[in-house]
Amino acid sequence: MPATALTELDREITLPAAGVWGTKSRKDALARLTAMGLPNHRDEYWKYTRPETLTSATPTPAAIFDGNDEAPMFDAIDCLQITFIDGVFDADASDDLEMAGVSIERLATAMENDIHWAKDLYGTLETNGQNPVQRPLAALNSATATDGVVIHATGQAAKPVLIRYLHQNETSDAVLHHVIKLDDGAALTVLETGPAAARLNKVMEVDQGNEARFNHVCTQGRDHARRAVTHIFARLATESRFKSFTLTANGVLTRNECIIEITGDDAFAHVAGAALGDGDFHHDDTVFITHDAVNCESRQVFKKVLRNGATGVFQGKILVQPDAQKTDGYQISQALLLDDDSQFLAKPELEIYADDVACSHGSTTGAIDETALFYLRSRGVEKDEAQDLLVLSFLAEAIGEIEDEVLADEIQSRLESWLKRHSS
Amino acid sequence: MLEIKNLQVSLEEEDKQILKGVDLSIGEGEVHAIMGPNGSGKSTTSYVLSGKDGYEVTDGSAKLNGNDLLDMEPEERAAAGLFLAFQYPVEIPGVGNMTFLRTAVNSQRKARGEDELSAGEFLKVVREKAKALKIDADMLKRPVNVGFSGGEKKRNEILQMAMLEPKMCVLDETDSGLDVDAMKLVAEGVNALRDGKRSFLVITHYQRLLDHIKPDVVHIMANGRIIKSGGPELALEVENNGYADLLEETA
Repeated sequence: MPATALTELDREITLPAAGVWGTKSRKDALARLTAMGLPNHRDEYWKYTRPETLTSATPTPAAIFDGNDEAPMFDAIDCLQITFIDGVFDADASDDLEMAGVSIERLATAMENDIHWAKDLYGTLETNGQNPVQRPLAALNSATATDGVVIHATGQAAKPVLIRYLHQNETSDAVLHHVIKLDDGAALTVLETGPAAARLNKVMEVDQGNEARFNHVCTQGRDHARRAVTHIFARLATESRFKSFTLTANGVLTRNECIIEITGDDAFAHVAGAALGDGDFHHDDTVFITHDAVNCESRQVFKKVLRNGATGVFQGKILVQPDAQKTDGYQISQALLLDDDSQFLAKPELEIYADDVACSHGSTTGAIDETALFYLRSRGVEKDEAQDLLVLSFLAEAIGEIEDEVLADEIQSRLESWLKRHSS
Repeated sequence: MLEIKNLQVSLEEEDKQILKGVDLSIGEGEVHAIMGPNGSGKSTTSYVLSGKDGYEVTDGSAKLNGNDLLDMEPEERAAAGLFLAFQYPVEIPGVGNMTFLRTAVNSQRKARGEDELSAGEFLKVVREKAKALKIDADMLKRPVNVGFSGGEKKRNEILQMAMLEPKMCVLDETDSGLDVDAMKLVAEGVNALRDGKRSFLVITHYQRLLDHIKPDVVHIMANGRIIKSGGPELALEVENNGYADLLEETA
């Protein structure tokens, strides 16, 4: 099979129609993409995850998962709900896009408006995030995104924005691009849930002003056959706080990238994820945090539980620029392998140019602790249930990264019920 | 209650025999103590009884009320009424002590075909029992044994024992790492569970624990066998003279 050349595209890319600035942004993105080419497995950052099914002209069909055995995720939480079905905004299944503290529009509407605030952001953080590591699938997204929302938080959002991604068509190919801007002192929680499509390419750009707080919790659905590549690009100003947690279960291929630029002093960025993989599951977390300001903190906490030949990948980097003194960086990636067939590939990286920093990182791969398993069983807990408890114990540090107790409880109780069902 | 006959055990990994024919019979309501020097096979006896991996039983039997323990999974042994208080209780981050206790109690009830305790009933019982062991609400909420002191861990073991209400309790060096006050508290907890029916096997290096938990029978174990059995005075003899005399006597 001929390999895709790095410097040229092997297929035609059609840009969707958009307004004046939208069209320009898309053309710029296509130029970026053309210059770098689509990724292939010889790229340094695609060594552990094969991109072919993410870059192909058409998606591999994915069977629909029937999730009616439980209430929809975040159902009990009072939110402003936005629904996309196979990557297309569905007004009937969405609330009115009106809420105190924020303005929300569809991307297409924003692109029609020549003086829209999103004009200066769309594709901008993505462009910043292309250096020093290229992220061609994000440029592809900026060029071809067909839908998305733009959210402007001007104050404290009255309630969380919940974006629900439904998958109803076996061959759907969703390209979604969200742009989120938080003014100085604004606060917003964005929840996302669902598989979205047979194949999803999603970009979320988040620009935080001084003291702005952004809180993000995402769950990627339970569809087994779906594929997804997602990017978060965030830029953090002085004293802003960014927190993101992602839960992934099932999914034949997932690549979640998070690229954060800390540009203001005293800011912090926490990124966490928990993944449960079984069988032909491939899950890749790729994180790049750049410290370019003084006295900032970043944390990366990623945990994966893998069995029956599942693969987990972690590529995490902390880059501390020369002036970013007093940086406190922490990174941990751990995998619990429930059998000998599963594997975890980890590439932790630190690149530090400042001399007064505290950065630590660790990565471990291990099996269930037999002593702990025996301890639980000796108390009468059945082997499967004891193993589930130890899986939850292993994931606890990642779940603990969710600040909001209600959201943490929701994630925890879903995990418990999934595990229970699995072992019975 | 517990009948051990000619129990012979080797390590699975290396071909090394640890127990070379242990005979032990504990009647209902009795408290037996096993003392012995390091490496004599005391802890191995407790692990083999409770079903830890890594040991191969090459001969003999161990029965609890006539049921063959060696045939059962660890959780089945627990449901049958066996409890092992660990020498080194295991820390389990991320699992609340209360969740753990409730899961254990209800697993055993389920295995015995009994109804599970409701959250309310369970809470009432656990609070009462925890209070007697000076275990506060915070310790119940915290992850299992994480950040507990040595004394807290051992008290937590006794709390589990009190909640699970086993028939046969094996205490593996429960006094190790405890100061005098902590040991007294643990011993009180154990004594509170002595009801004339429940039996105990107390494994220890030192006589001092037996000042607080008074045994009916004391066994001396050495080199994989019980070499001498007697009354509480045997423990005092060991305390005064060490094991050397006894070992020579039986050599």
